Amino acid sequence: MKRNVWATLYWPVAALIVLASVFPLVYAIATSLKQGNALFEPTLWVDAPTLANYATLFRQQSFGRNLLNSALVSAGVVALSLALSLLAAWALGRVNFRGRGVLMLTILSASMFPQVAVLSGMYELVRALGLYDSLGSLLIADLVITLPFTVWVLVTFMSQLPKEVEEAAMMDGLGLFTLIFRIFMPLLWPAMVATGLLAFIAAWNEFLFALTFTISPEQRTVPVAIALVSGNNAYEVPWGSLMAASVIVTLPLVALVIYFQRHIVAGLTAGSVKG
Amino acid sequence: MSAGLNRQRVRWAWIALLPMLTVLAAVAGWPLGRTIWFGFTDAALDRLGEWQFVGLDNYIGEFGGLAKDSDFWGAARNTLVFAFLSVTLETVLGLIVALVINHPSPMRTFLRAAVLVPWAIPTVVSARIWGWMLNDQYGVVNHWLVQLGLIGAPLAWTADPSLSLFTIVLVDVWKTTPFMALLILAALQMVPTDCYEAARVDGVPPSRVFWRITLPLIAPGVAVAMLFRTLDALRVFDVIYVMTSNSRHTKSLSIYVREQLIDFQLIGAGSAAATALFFVIALVTILYLGFARRRMAEGAA
Amino acid sequence: MTRTARRAMAPQALMATALLCAAAAQGATLKIACTGLGKELELCREAAGAWARKSGHQVEVVTTPNDASERLALYQQVLSSGSDKIDVFQVEINQVGLLGNHLLDLRAYSKGVEKGHFESMLANSTVGGKLVAMPWFIDAGLLYYRRDLLEKYKQEVPQTWEQLKATAQLVQDAERKAGKDKMWGYVWQGRAYEGLTCNALEWVASHGGGTIVDDKGKVTIGNPNTVKALTTIAGFVGTISPTAVLNYAEEEARGPFQNGNAVFMRNWPYAWAATQAPDSPVKDKVGVAVLPRGSGDGARHAATLGGQALSVSRHSKNAALAADLVLYMTSAEVQKDRAIKGSYNPSIQELYKDPDIRKANPFMGSLLRTFTSAVARPTAVTGSRYNQVSSEFQNAVHEVLSKTAKPEEAVARLNTRLNQLSRGGRW
Repeated sequence: MKRNVWATLYWPVAALIVLASVFPLVYAIATSLKQGNALFEPTLWVDAPTLANYATLFRQQSFGRNLLNSALVSAGVVALSLALSLLAAWALGRVNFRGRGVLMLTILSASMFPQVAVLSGMYELVRALGLYDSLGSLLIADLVITLPFTVWVLVTFMSQLPKEVEEAAMMDGLGLFTLIFRIFMPLLWPAMVATGLLAFIAAWNEFLFALTFTISPEQRTVPVAIALVSGNNAYEVPWGSLMAASVIVTLPLVALVIYFQRHIVAGLTAGSVKG
Repeated sequence: MSAGLNRQRVRWAWIALLPMLTVLAAVAGWPLGRTIWFGFTDAALDRLGEWQFVGLDNYIGEFGGLAKDSDFWGAARNTLVFAFLSVTLETVLGLIVALVINHPSPMRTFLRAAVLVPWAIPTVVSARIWGWMLNDQYGVVNHWLVQLGLIGAPLAWTADPSLSLFTIVLVDVWKTTPFMALLILAALQMVPTDCYEAARVDGVPPSRVFWRITLPLIAPGVAVAMLFRTLDALRVFDVIYVMTSNSRHTKSLSIYVREQLIDFQLIGAGSAAATALFFVIALVTILYLGFARRRMAEGAA
Repeated sequence: MTRTARRAMAPQALMATALLCAAAAQGATLKIACTGLGKELELCREAAGAWARKSGHQVEVVTTPNDASERLALYQQVLSSGSDKIDVFQVEINQVGLLGNHLLDLRAYSKGVEKGHFESMLANSTVGGKLVAMPWFIDAGLLYYRRDLLEKYKQEVPQTWEQLKATAQLVQDAERKAGKDKMWGYVWQGRAYEGLTCNALEWVASHGGGTIVDDKGKVTIGNPNTVKALTTIAGFVGTISPTAVLNYAEEEARGPFQNGNAVFMRNWPYAWAATQAPDSPVKDKVGVAVLPRGSGDGARHAATLGGQALSVSRHSKNAALAADLVLYMTSAEVQKDRAIKGSYNPSIQELYKDPDIRKANPFMGSLLRTFTSAVARPTAVTGSRYNQVSSEFQNAVHEVLSKTAKPEEAVARLNTRLNQLSRGGRW
């Protein structure tokens, strides 16, 4: 009986969730197809749709190159974060040693400073390493944002994995790296995918560091490119182009999610541990 | 486990930790240390070379000290109210969304992609979209609320001092609920299915299953998600900056810090404010962790 | 080496040296940061390209964010770190004072040519006696009105704020009764940002309340005219201006006016072109006038000065060349080109008499009076503390407008605060 109640509630609630999540984007897309005065009317229907905004975007700026840059930086940051964090998570999540708590808090403290305050120190560091105006600068800068988060999440999930797995591995004489990467990692797949996705998006949308550490158009990433999208005058918000840019930027992320869905499901079946 | 084996494990633990710690120290250590240092000086951006050590003047000084700046305290109040409302709403909504996605259904993939959309749109863009939708003259939200008879006249969502902070909270909740939902979903999916099997075999009603089995098992995951959302909420910047600029009613501590550092070019005062924000966040974090640890200890008992 | 061999090498050595010298003289690449906005960027590129061809050097245009505050942050990072990555900067006229310490004194290169520009622009481009920026184009606040509506209700263009209130109320009520229920009387910029400082300065100056800080550094805001000004405008909010005006920036004000839902609008000259666009509902129905004045002693018409200037970084490796580029781009020739092609208001006074410019922009001639009498924000005298002054001012005004503070109290507090900031007038 009770199960039916949940089942009937499911569809309306799911529909509401989809509507609430997607409506602003749909509205934005409708806006991106409008021109001139139509922008100021609160209608969803577009009288005279035009793709002019999208064309302008690629013509005016090297948007394609910006997309590539963002992809490289984000992928690099995620790969590095997850690798480093997985190792650290085993140590912090499954080994009891003195100073563990303090260490966790210290790692967390990197996330407690507002980005803008860390900016000038970061800028100095980047210039000292000779990485100014290169993607490498963003790689290290974004690590400050993603590392504490990936470490903490993976520690939490890693510590919940059953002891038996580890004991069995030790019985079989497996080394540490095999243990972590061949045995624990598949078990943690849902957590890794979720964390990886969130870290990817965080790095993808990071604006302040990207604005400050790159200056040539070829090195810029997508959020900065969006900020540079220009209108006809100093005050006009170029809605059309802005929305076009947002749509282009959001789609790869959505595609990523859909792709990784399958891996989460696969991880589920691999993750069931009996006994 | 023998003592010798344990010592070996501890050694390996430190080896495993070394890469991550080195990177973090290198990348975060210098900028953070520098910020704290500058909080004790009177450095200014237009004459960066000539600063002097001024001790605690930026904090409790007679003139220009944080303790005496009503703007700072106002921003602190706004930030704490915002964080509390925002994180609470996000957790509840995120839980609901995660449960809905977890329910097996052909719509799952589509749902998961749809739900991630708010998080995927860059904040500066989504804040603008919402600003546009909430406009009093031609905003679609007011338009429909008036049409449906829910309000008499269009509301000034972002201008009215009694509404603006609440509006900011709503926009932020819309944007970051996917974050919570995704992490809670991961936690849900890591619950071993045999728990549910056993419960079903025993004939335990679904609501009992939820409160007694599911919630406690996903509690650690939810707790971490809440922790990081709280940290982010206490540092909120983009959405307020885009929607209401420097209005005192909605100014958060991060905006205050940026104002000091960039608009006013006061590196010393700004760094002190950033360090103060850091301490506020650290305090909240420690309280939160203490509370969470106690709840989990109770739950285990 | 034998003497024969050395003599044989001489002409080659000479040629090599000559080639090297030629390469060095031709090699300089300058970087200029223009705003990355459509037409403006195009014109910037064109002018820079023309100079490059003339001088034989290269110029690269660096694009910057649209938001003035973001741009300021970027400039500060680059300048304060002593980087030579950018040689020439396009700077908002109210930010020159802030960046002054990092900019080159152009008097050594200008040979007095700056005297042809508007006084007020020059005043804001001078920091500590040094000319650190060359004015490029000028802006000032204007009153836009619906000519057709004023004719319909037989109203005159208001000269004082009281007249504006009366007219706006009358037309608004009548139009609403006739069915246009979204009609408002007056829209302007009330959000707490630099634009509010501009609006509020106009109110205060037009009531004879001074310019916040006078050009000797004395804080003048604490006077009864200021209180009167703020009280008057606070009375607009909710009556002839929607409450939401407290979060309006330039575009949010232009929206309702352009859609035909406002009788009056305060905005910059850029809005003119937008309201006359082919699909604009108010095309050919709009007039422009000077903003109203107060009534009482010291009352005058006042419009806040805006605009942009070009500066050279002190850390540039090619200072002389960069200064030459700046002087070229701000010359009458280039300003005329920009005026005709992009409607950018020149900062050189005599260009307003130029027949070609007047033909392309009939609107511009009527602005001359406004520009010459424009009120400058006190950026030169307050220097690096200008933003703090502006912030205190904005917030005090915003509190009065949103009725969270009484005018007298807010002004008194503002006065005290500014005096503290000014360190007794010494800034």
